[in-house]
Amino acid sequence: MIKLHGKMPKRDDGEPFVVRVVRGTPGSPLAGDREAYILGPDEVAPPGYRAYLSAGGAHLQSPGQTRVIWPIPEELSYLSDGDIVRINPKTGELWVVYRRSSPFNAMLLTERCNSNCLMCSQPPKAGDDSHLVKAYLDAIPLMAPDSAELGITGGEPTLLGGSLLQVLRACKEHLPDTALHMLSNGRLFNYLSLCREFEAIDHPDFMIGIPLYSDIPHRHDFVVQAAGAFDQTVRGIMNLARCGQRIEIRMVLHRETVDRLPQFARFVARNLPFVEHIALMGLEMMGYVKMNLEALWIDPVDYRQQLRQAVDVLRQHDLNVSIYNHQLCVLDRVLWPVARKSISDWKNEYIDKCRECAIQDSCGGFFASSSLRRSAHIAAFQSHEVCSPIAGVKKQVSNV
Amino acid sequence: MLPTLPLLNDRFLGAAAFRARVGTGYSLLPLRLIALDALRYVLTNFAGEHVVLPKAIARQFIRHELDSNSAVYDELKSKHFLLDDDSTVALDLLAVKYRTKQSLLANFTSLFMFVVTLRCDHSCPYCQVSRQSVDRHAYDMTIAAADRAIDFMFHSPSPAIKVEFQGGESLLNFELIRHIVTRVNDRNVLEGRDIRFVIATNLMCLSDEILSFCKEHDVFISTSLDGPRTLHNQNRPRPGGDSYEVAVAGIGRSREALGADRVAALMTTTEASLSQPVEIVDEYVRQGFNSIFLRPLSPYGFAVKTGLVTGYSIEQWLDFYRRSLEYIVELNYRGIPFREDYSSLILRKILTPYPTGYVDLQSPAGIGISGIVFNYDGDIYASDEARMLAESGDRRFRLGNLHTDSFEEVMSSDNLIDILSETMTECVPMCVDCGF
Ligand code: SF4
Repeated sequence: MIKLHGKMPKRDDGEPFVVRVVRGTPGSPLAGDREAYILGPDEVAPPGYRAYLSAGGAHLQSPGQTRVIWPIPEELSYLSDGDIVRINPKTGELWVVYRRSSPFNAMLLTERCNSNCLMCSQPPKAGDDSHLVKAYLDAIPLMAPDSAELGITGGEPTLLGGSLLQVLRACKEHLPDTALHMLSNGRLFNYLSLCREFEAIDHPDFMIGIPLYSDIPHRHDFVVQAAGAFDQTVRGIMNLARCGQRIEIRMVLHRETVDRLPQFARFVARNLPFVEHIALMGLEMMGYVKMNLEALWIDPVDYRQQLRQAVDVLRQHDLNVSIYNHQLCVLDRVLWPVARKSISDWKNEYIDKCRECAIQDSCGGFFASSSLRRSAHIAAFQSHEVCSPIAGVKKQVSNV
Repeated sequence: MLPTLPLLNDRFLGAAAFRARVGTGYSLLPLRLIALDALRYVLTNFAGEHVVLPKAIARQFIRHELDSNSAVYDELKSKHFLLDDDSTVALDLLAVKYRTKQSLLANFTSLFMFVVTLRCDHSCPYCQVSRQSVDRHAYDMTIAAADRAIDFMFHSPSPAIKVEFQGGESLLNFELIRHIVTRVNDRNVLEGRDIRFVIATNLMCLSDEILSFCKEHDVFISTSLDGPRTLHNQNRPRPGGDSYEVAVAGIGRSREALGADRVAALMTTTEASLSQPVEIVDEYVRQGFNSIFLRPLSPYGFAVKTGLVTGYSIEQWLDFYRRSLEYIVELNYRGIPFREDYSSLILRKILTPYPTGYVDLQSPAGIGISGIVFNYDGDIYASDEARMLAESGDRRFRLGNLHTDSFEEVMSSDNLIDILSETMTECVPMCVDCGF
């Protein structure tokens, strides 16, 4: 598990700022006031940077240093060239906003939400969190334009209205070649006017992932804990399609969603066949899932049949379906080709049993949080059990 | 359904709180039903959804007595056969599905068949048109008629246009085909339609010149293949008795020149075919096709007029169809991917929200508004069958003539509108209630 937040001693009363990390040869700063230089051992701070960071802390005492130097907390020592951090001098918080080398960068734009899903991994918080958008608006111009994909998540990003559109425009301007993937509950797209705004921005590579949890309205509403949400979301999906937006449907599998999985698949194939991708996702043991563990947990082996049927239905309709967050040993082998290594690197783990497993390379493994509950059927494969490398299991960037 | 365990953290509302909205009553959404057998009804709706129910349950449902806690209730709701206080989005979804099913109507006519000549070297007894001998040029379409047909065609708003050359034996008038293709392409520089050309031919007069023309202009070839040699030659006599050899050689040459996906074959089922379902399918597999369209005899043209062909009953046809299909399914199980196109169309209609574009199976029928035929003499017909019927004296489906009638006159003629409205199952008495 890679940490994204760290604490440093408080330094001054300055406003929080966002900087890109420079590690290696100093040279002359490209965007000095928006860059932080990481000092090498015994290196004297070169001039011109917004801030200076030190990995060991040895610099802090050295007599030659005249500048303020922030000691990088131990757990964030991986920070490297091109990463972007936000430093809050008043509190000493160091937040890794963006990691240059990660294919899983996501921008959490707000923690507010108009739903309250039973299994939310990022439970909503009310209150003003506009500093998040502000930090990302500062960070976007500093991100590497060759980043393959960038996520937008929340909370519910559409609650931001105009500032969300601002973020999208900034991405289009500074990162035109970076695919943008946004997670939204889709409810506000019930307003065609919002879809029209997205259409007008016309981002070159933008997709919206929208959760749908049942073909029966009140079942979906129960899962998201909001009456009327199903109608809003489905109308939202139709509105987005009208405006030419690319849509992915996301279904999280747990005790309250798996019983009608085949019917759900049929409903999607029949009513929303224009969606570009359908992700069937395993539970992450985070947030509310911990509170509702007994109500939601079901061993994936116990819904194998429904999962198999659902994938069959979707594939028969020529829809593009993937399974996320499932270990290969709990899946019907027929489903291996649609299983993806979907867990973000910074929270991806394997367990002891996996060490002897012949297909660990193809397997997506576990969320770090899975220590709370795992399938009772995790079992390593011997190499003779799996004749050839599994071609189907692809690495997929997915922001989960 | 799995039992809902009372283990949710109490900051969350239980499932029952959301379920309460379902209420006590429901309304029926538009539906039709018909007995499938003694025990079951099939319920269908205009968006193409279907549910098969035991008769007793169907009756309960229609009488508003269905238990809202039952699995059947959820199935009917999921497929948009009923509406309760839970949600109204079903109406929007039904509207979209209906629009999708009918989406091809909006494009209007997209298939234009040019009968470039009635002449033919074959003398097939089942011929669907009244062919003429090879030297009777009076049965060729004139350049003037062809040019008017092209003007007529571009009046259609359809973004995709298919131009099909028919006969007689169409290649006996290749010069006119060349003229039409060139002229259509020239005009399309400005029109920007997605145009596809298909020549329906017995391949007798295929030449390198023709093939290179087809290659250059991306023209598809469609030919006839009735089955193995003996059957095919028996069905399709010509001087020399080598129709099969000609077809097979021509298919090979065309594939080589144009690519395998540019060459298709059609079969017609004669009485002699009925006993050879496996042999016919095998012939298609042997010739490298990955599908077959099993077609019954058309009751028009020479076949009926002359009594040259012994017809067969619907039961005989269905039996042949069933046996062919069984064999095709078996082939697929053996790992040979092979499709029966008619079944594919039907299954697509039943199992997907999409239209098929198959003019015979839609409401309203595709006559005139999906496909239209320009006969060699400039007469305009609603369909291929319409011109066959006219050849045998019944001109009911003749819509006009290229030399005297405009696109607007033809498309708004009483003749066309009357027959169209008779094919709208949405409003024709009896049809409106039929479950199929
Ligand atoms: S044993 Fe571990 S690596 Fe192997 S399939 Fe199961 S979870 Fe994946």
